[in-house]
Amino acid sequence: MSHAEDHDDNRRDFLYYAAAGTAAVATGAAVWPLVHQMNPSADVRALSTIRVDVSGLSEGSQLTVKWLGKPVFIRRRTAEEIEAANGVEMSELIDPLARNANLQDGADATDANRALDETGEWLVQMGVCTHLGCVPIANAGDYALDSGQGGWFCPCHGSHYDTAGRIRKGPAPENLPVPPAEFIDDATILLG
Amino acid sequence: MSGIPHDHYEPKSGGEKWLHKRLPIVGLLYDTIMIPTPKNLNWMWIWGIVLTFCLVLQIITGIVLVMHYTPDTNLAFASVEHIMRNVNGGHFIRYLHMNGASLFFIAVYAHIFRSLYYGSYKAPREVTWIIGILIYLLMMGTAFMGYVLPWGQMSFWGATVITGLFGAIPFIGEPIQTWLLGGPAVDNATLTRFFSLHYLFPFIIAGLTMVHIWAFHTTGNNNPTGVEVRRTSKAEAEKDTVPFWPYYVIKDLFALAVIFAVFFAIVGFMPNYLGHPDNYIEANPLATPAHIVPEWYFLPFYAILRAFTSEVWIVQFFSFITGGIIDAKFFGVLAMFGAIAVMALAPWLDTSSVRSARYRPQLKWWFWLLVIDFFALMWLGAMPAEEPYATFSLIASAYWFAYFLVILPLLGVIEKPLPVPATIEEDFEAHKSATGGTKTLPDATPAE
Repeated sequence: MSHAEDHDDNRRDFLYYAAAGTAAVATGAAVWPLVHQMNPSADVRALSTIRVDVSGLSEGSQLTVKWLGKPVFIRRRTAEEIEAANGVEMSELIDPLARNANLQDGADATDANRALDETGEWLVQMGVCTHLGCVPIANAGDYALDSGQGGWFCPCHGSHYDTAGRIRKGPAPENLPVPPAEFIDDATILLG
Repeated sequence: MSGIPHDHYEPKSGGEKWLHKRLPIVGLLYDTIMIPTPKNLNWMWIWGIVLTFCLVLQIITGIVLVMHYTPDTNLAFASVEHIMRNVNGGHFIRYLHMNGASLFFIAVYAHIFRSLYYGSYKAPREVTWIIGILIYLLMMGTAFMGYVLPWGQMSFWGATVITGLFGAIPFIGEPIQTWLLGGPAVDNATLTRFFSLHYLFPFIIAGLTMVHIWAFHTTGNNNPTGVEVRRTSKAEAEKDTVPFWPYYVIKDLFALAVIFAVFFAIVGFMPNYLGHPDNYIEANPLATPAHIVPEWYFLPFYAILRAFTSEVWIVQFFSFITGGIIDAKFFGVLAMFGAIAVMALAPWLDTSSVRSARYRPQLKWWFWLLVIDFFALMWLGAMPAEEPYATFSLIASAYWFAYFLVILPLLGVIEKPLPVPATIEEDFEAHKSATGGTKTLPDATPAE
């Protein structure tokens, strides 16, 4: 029965492909929710923006808040710290980029590009060393001022950051990143 | 089950016959326990039983610990302290579980190096070897996740560093890391899923262990000579083998008793010797411990991970030809997983026709250098990432890869092996007379 061979084979091939394709799609549809349930849940995602009251912060002090499970350093810098950061030539920097999420990607790592406000008083940055993710210590390291103010030092592998949170010495490759942040009123910073 | 001719189970009583027709389970157990085993196995063949015991110990103590543990970032640390202080005998059960992991890894490393020395990985035992490597990988995953559960400082920061490895994968690294953690950082979602998987993996290991045993029962055990058991007749096979029960069961139980004595001494008198004091500080995402070190059994591979920094020429070369896609961080991750991958490929990299290193005068030296290299890497993994340790780590890592990728393929061509005994019996008799065994004793062939 030649017509049976011709037609049935083609029909049968088609049925095989259709069945296998349907089974593959159905398996994928069944597996995807099981995979996707491991992605961040709604309550975790809801904490992706937080408001921080900074009214109690005096000059030369720092607040550490937890945002997205990681520490964020909010520092109200003294005039000396700003001055020291401004006095650094771009050529002296290991990482010449601002790493500021509020600016365009290629921005220079000038102090003005790192600070949150016009005066440069407020510096907001992630408290996560760009080497292996340790938390740097404030007012420490080779780039703290003579008064002991400013600068950060990572105790894990010895990375030194200056008063603008820029990497200056040690194994870390990048400046401390500046997260998306803005003042929504005089005393409140919105993170994220 | 094995290709070695031997007596099979014959149901005798009416009840046995009834069951055997419906489910031949007694026959399966009989053939497994009575498997003809080469009669010249030495003490390095005890580790399989030790490993099986470890798996059972970890599952039993683990199930008991779960009755008192709470997987929640606010309660986990306190619930472990509750086990240590309040639960009846809880401290001892937890210490058994903690140190049981170390015994597990001591045994698995001895087992792996035994296989490397006597060529147990070579044809026809490649499948046994690959399944073994899979079990080892699952063991590492299980141990890592288990270490996170007490929610101490080392738990938290170890998890941060290790999951950060996945973040080093180009393009898709960050979404994968977020997916693994269930959030932007190690947190409650991470703890609960690690708990779930830490409970699951040992049962997958148990399943793979059965497949592992099935595989080497099909090919027959390797032995110190690497010579196969004769299979042409049952009489010949019986001259090369003894049944597993009772001969090796009793021997293995004796070895286990000796190991128990040491293990319980450690659990009883120095249970925290292999741990880190930092893990008795509750996890704090805002403060990093000064020195993050993995558990001892991960140190050799941790050393390989850290060895490849951006100053190493091979890293710079790969970074250049891939246009920066493979950076130093990702290269380190590839090297770490590659170190296990090259080991998995040993059956195909080893070109020698002789199985056992006993008859391979050159391989012997390279093998012992590999053992020293392994301990050197273990030591280097615990040292800070600075000179001179960085250079030593690089040399030691290079040798690890050279052993599998250069020495194993080359030696098969250039090495002249020693004469190999024709049969296991011949080697056994020679060994017996050399060590003063009297020939007047009846032959040690099975009485059954």
